[in-house]
Formats: sequence, structure tokens, C-alpha cells
Amino acid sequence: MEQYLEQNALSAKMRRVNSLVRKETRQIIRDPSSIALGIVLPVLLILLFGYGLSLDVMNVPLAVVVEDPSPAATELAASFQLSPYFDVRLMTSMPQAQQLMLTREVDGVVRIRPDFGRQLGIGDAEVQLLVHGVDANHARIIQTYAQGALGQWAAKRTVPGDGFLAGPVTVQNRLWFNEANDSRYFLVPGLIVLIMTLIGAFLTSLVVAREWERGTMEALFVTPVRSDEILLGKTLPYFVLGMIGLTLCLLAAKFLFQVPFRGSVAVLAGASMLYLLVALAIGLWISSAVKSQFVASQIALLVTFLPAVMLSGFLFDLHSMPAMVRLVTYALPARYYVALLQTIFLAGDVWAVILPNVGVLAAMAVVLLFLTRRAIQKKLA
Amino acid sequence: MLESFFRILALTRKELLAILKDPRSRFSLFIPPILQCLIYGYVATYDLTDVPYAVLDQDRSAASVELLAELDGSGIFRRVANLTRASDIKSTINERRALLVIQIDQDFERRLVSGMQANVQVIADGRNSNTAATAMGYVNSIVETFNTGWRARHGQARVPVRLTTRAWYNPNLETRWHMIPALIGTLTLLQTLLITALSVAREREQGTFDQLLVTPFRPAEIMAGKALPSMFVGIVQATLVLLVAQLWFRIPFAGSFFTLYAGLTVFLLAAVGIGLLLSSVAATMQQAMLFSFMLIMPFALLSGLTTPISSMPEVLQYLTLINPLRYAIDMAHRVYLEGVGLRLLFPELWPLAIMAAVTLSGASWMFRHRLA
Repeated sequence: MEQYLEQNALSAKMRRVNSLVRKETRQIIRDPSSIALGIVLPVLLILLFGYGLSLDVMNVPLAVVVEDPSPAATELAASFQLSPYFDVRLMTSMPQAQQLMLTREVDGVVRIRPDFGRQLGIGDAEVQLLVHGVDANHARIIQTYAQGALGQWAAKRTVPGDGFLAGPVTVQNRLWFNEANDSRYFLVPGLIVLIMTLIGAFLTSLVVAREWERGTMEALFVTPVRSDEILLGKTLPYFVLGMIGLTLCLLAAKFLFQVPFRGSVAVLAGASMLYLLVALAIGLWISSAVKSQFVASQIALLVTFLPAVMLSGFLFDLHSMPAMVRLVTYALPARYYVALLQTIFLAGDVWAVILPNVGVLAAMAVVLLFLTRRAIQKKLA
Repeated sequence: MLESFFRILALTRKELLAILKDPRSRFSLFIPPILQCLIYGYVATYDLTDVPYAVLDQDRSAASVELLAELDGSGIFRRVANLTRASDIKSTINERRALLVIQIDQDFERRLVSGMQANVQVIADGRNSNTAATAMGYVNSIVETFNTGWRARHGQARVPVRLTTRAWYNPNLETRWHMIPALIGTLTLLQTLLITALSVAREREQGTFDQLLVTPFRPAEIMAGKALPSMFVGIVQATLVLLVAQLWFRIPFAGSFFTLYAGLTVFLLAAVGIGLLLSSVAATMQQAMLFSFMLIMPFALLSGLTTPISSMPEVLQYLTLINPLRYAIDMAHRVYLEGVGLRLLFPELWPLAIMAAVTLSGASWMFRHRLA
């Protein structure tokens, strides 16, 4: 008899959760904005990041001013023209080049002075580079490329064995995991973090607050639904939406952009589910604590999405941040997920990286789900 | 005419009250911009300052120690391990204990002394290839310094050509100088668009919009009443960013405030126009919020803020031409860092003015036909 009752209670619980999930799913499907954020935005981001955005600088518009008619100067100018990184406009007058800089038609000016050939003979020639410094990162890359073009020219002039220009120590660089130095390799895995954060935290930050604003939360009070069932009903549909987003990203990464995938799918899926759970819990917690859609979404953006872009190691190096900021990053789930994704995609299943990061995420998930449940429960009482 | 002015004034006052009376919404309007400004200012840089690296020095000679001392003394690299076997390299990189491993072969000093080419191998963790490439660039220039010193001391010829660089507008090439002025446009766009779209959506969700329509307000007056408060908030936020840039980060302001605010006004008109257009499509607050977010993401990504526009494929470069944020960021940079006046700012201003005209008249058409 007791067992029968217990079974009955369980099936009633299942029924209640089931109907909540159904209601929430219909709400997602019928509202164009949730579908837009859950499906359209991920696709848009994948295409933008995959095809458009790149930190690799190519075809920099550059003016080369040759004021010296000597063959050495002409050869040097040709070396800049041959470089795949520059889109060179040859000219002979400096004011003309400066005018182009002012209107930002070129990003830099290389000046080969009238006495270049003569100075080279004495072994003390100088080539001037003017860069447009507003985009500092871009400017520094241009500087590196210009140095490269100069080196190319110098190497060609070198008589073998003379040691004229090549330094005594040369550096051989090897970039592991990304031999081609393709920024897409880390931008696309990083994108998964952004999409999971958006669906997990930003979208769900609205759902409980909406019920409070519209007064339907109070209507839920008088039903037999319990707080953990509300939590489950709100979590499941968005969990599925997040997994759809993940699948889209994975397919695009593999088939559209050929990003190497060296780990195992099972590990990736497990880590992703864990992160999604953490993000969902944060979103629901904010939503049930704040009860206002506008404020909840603002907080969600501020504590989840922006840190996922800025403080997760996705774009900017964690080691180079000021110590205070670096301490803050330890509290951010996105940090651990970025480390996991970059490793699983490009390095493989390195357990020394995977286990600690997964451990932290799991602990966060447990704590946050507990907090969320309490936040919903308190309001119900 | 005067009556109309007073009606707009009343509506503006009510709208400002609606935005500012809730302490939480007040907080979320003005604190996050300042916080973001600080975070972006400190974090958003591709420069590296503390790179963990490991060494496999198989030579252990005076020369190799000298080279490594150059690295340690650069202030950029921090040695985390001295490896003894080549097989340790793999696990050091794989487990992310170091970003770089520097390997010096046994015959390093012998080759140097006998005038042969000596090699240094640098193995970098390419999981974030941008960071790794930057770090390798630093190693290269440190080795270059070592080379120059070695030549000088061993009587070898100097490098006959050198490159001297001068950067306009940002002499020390600080990323922060690029980032913070750009935030004047980015942060204000985000909030202005959102507030405008939400203020109409809120009235619709609560049913007060219908009440507004039966008052003697004309649609254009309602629109102006919604637009002005958002622009006001936008101007205040831009001023906050400007204050942080000048008082906290001390980035020198080269232009004139009049030019900057004139440009900002045109930009905010365009932003409010987009917000109003959006609000006529959105039925609920959630839709208004998610739709404006969906617009802001591509705006931000295609603005040249994080990745240069010239590195994008051509199709996307054309797309940036209809992105108001692109012009706002250009404008902020040109006024703030380059110090140009209104006349030279014309290429940025006219697209913004056209966008404002198109979106505002589109929104007013929607107000008259869809809503009334």
C-alpha cells in the first residue's frame, strides 16, 4: 500500500513537471524573440565569426615614399610590394603620403630618405615608418610586418657565409595545436561559450521575472506544483535549446570551418552540459531574486555575458590581467569552460586540464542549483 | 506650437520619472557603464605582461644563461620551470603549465663562439594562437637585442639598416587609447536603443499605450516624448565614459567638446530611431529586449572595435557601411585622439544623419499606421 502511494506520488510529480515543461516549450516556440535568440543568433554568430572576423591582418594599405633613386631603395620598395601583408601605393612625395594618412586612406607610411643608398654604403641606413596609432594592436602588427619585409630584402642582399645581416642567434618558432596560426581555431570554440551563456543565462533571466511581472507566479502558488518542480520545468526546455545551439556550433566548426577536433565528443558534451546547467542556474537565480525583466536582463548581461567575452581567456590573455581582475576571473564559470573547450578542441583529452576544470564547474552547478531552489521556494512560502 | 512644446515636455518628464524613479533601474543605467569602462580599460588589450614560460637549457653555458637572463629581465616573461628532459616539453605545454617552452641545444655557445648560426627553439601553446604569436614576437625582439649586444662585444659588423617607427595620435601604441574612446559610442548605443525600445513595449504590455493614444497628443509628439529622455540618458552615459577616460585613465583629449557632443547628438538620433522602429515591431518587453540585443551583437562585432574592418571579407566590409556604431567609433577616435573639427568629421556625420532621418521617419510612419 505504502509502495503504491509512493509510486502514485512520483507519477503525479512527473505529470506536473511534464505539463510545466510543455507550457514553457510552447512559450518558447510561439515567441519569435526566444527562437531568434536561441537559433537565429547562434547561426548568425557562427557565420560572422567563421567567415568574417579575424585577428589576422592582411592587405594593409601602405604608402611607400621613395625619395632615393638608387637601386637599393627601389629593391627595398619592391620587397614591400611583394609582401602579402601590404597593399602598397608607391609615391615620391612625403606631403602627399601624409595627406593619405590624414584621411585614413593608408594605415602607414614607409619613407626611404634621399640619402638611403649613400648611408647604406657606410653601414648606417635608416628607414622610417609612420603608423596610424589609433588602433594600437593593428599598428604594432604593421610594425612587425614592416620589419619582416625589411628583413626579407636584407636577407636577399646577403652574400652567403658573410653573416652580413642574419643575427648570430636565430629563433625557430613552433606553434603547437595551431600550426597555420589561424585565429578561427580559437574564435570558433570560444563562440560556443558565448552562445551557451546567452541561451543559458540571458534568456532564462527573463522567464521567472516575467511570471512575477504578469502575476502568473501567484497563480502558480495555488496549484499543487512544488518549487523544485517549477525549477525543473523552467530548466529542461532551455537545456534542450542550449544543446541544439551546441550541436549547431559543433557541426559548423567541423564541416564549415574545418577546425580540428582532437578530443572526444563525449567529454565535450559532458563539460558543455555541466556549463549549461551552471548558466541556467545563474539565470534563474537572478530572475527569481530580482523579479523585474529589465533589471534581471541587465544583471545577467553584466555578470555572465560580458565576463564571458572579456574575462574568460577567450580573447584576452588571463596572465596579463591585473592581479585584482585575475582574482575575479576565478569566480567566473566561463573561465573554466573556455579552458576546457580550447583543450578538447585543439589539444585532445588532457586529463590534467579537464579534471580540475570539470570539478570546479560541477561544484558551481551544485551550489547554484541549491541557491536557485531556495530563491524560488522562499517566494512561494 | 507652444502647446505642442509643453505637451512634449510633460511626456519627457513622465518618461524620465519612469526610468529614474526605480533605484535598481537607476543603478543599472549608470553603474554598469562605469564598471565596464574600468574593466575594458584594464583588460581589453592584446599586450602581454606576465607570460609563464619554461626552459630546457641543454647547454648551460655562459651564453645561454645570458640569453635567458635577458628574457627574465624583460618584465614580460616569468620562468615557471626548468626542464631537464625533452620529453617534459609535451606535458608542460599540454597541461598549460607554461605558454612557451624555450629549448637551447647543447652546442649553443660553441657555435656562437665559432661564428656559426646558433638556434633557439620556441614552442608555443597555440590554443589561443593570437596570444601565442604575440609572445613569440616578444621572444624574437629580445633575441634581437641579445644579438646586437653580442655583435658589439665580439667586434662583428652592426646591422646596416634599422627601422625607426613613429606612431601618430597614440605615441606609445596603447590599446587602452583605442578602446576607451570607442566605448563612448558602444555603451551609449546599447543603453539608448534598449531604453527606447523598452519604454514603448512596457506601455504596450501594461496597456497604457492605448490610453496615451486617446489623449490630445499627436503621434509625432509621443515619439519626441519617447526619444528625448533616451537621448538625455545617452548623453549622460557618454559623459560618464568621457570622465573615466580623462580623470581615471588620463587619455589626453585632442579635439573639442563641442564637436564631440554635436557628433554624439546625430549618432543618438540614429540610435533612438532604430530603437523606436524596433519597438513598433516588438509586442512585449521580452521581445524588445531580445531583438535589441540581437541587433547590438552584429553592430558591435562589425564595428572594428575588436577586429579590424580591413581584415574582414569584402562583403562584410560593405555591411559595416550601414552600421551606425562603426561611424560612432570612428567619430569618437577622430575627435578624441586626432582632434579633427566638424568639417573633417563630415564623412562620419552624413551617414549617421541619413540613418537618423530614415529610421525616425520610418518609426513615425509605423506609429501612425501600425499603432494608431
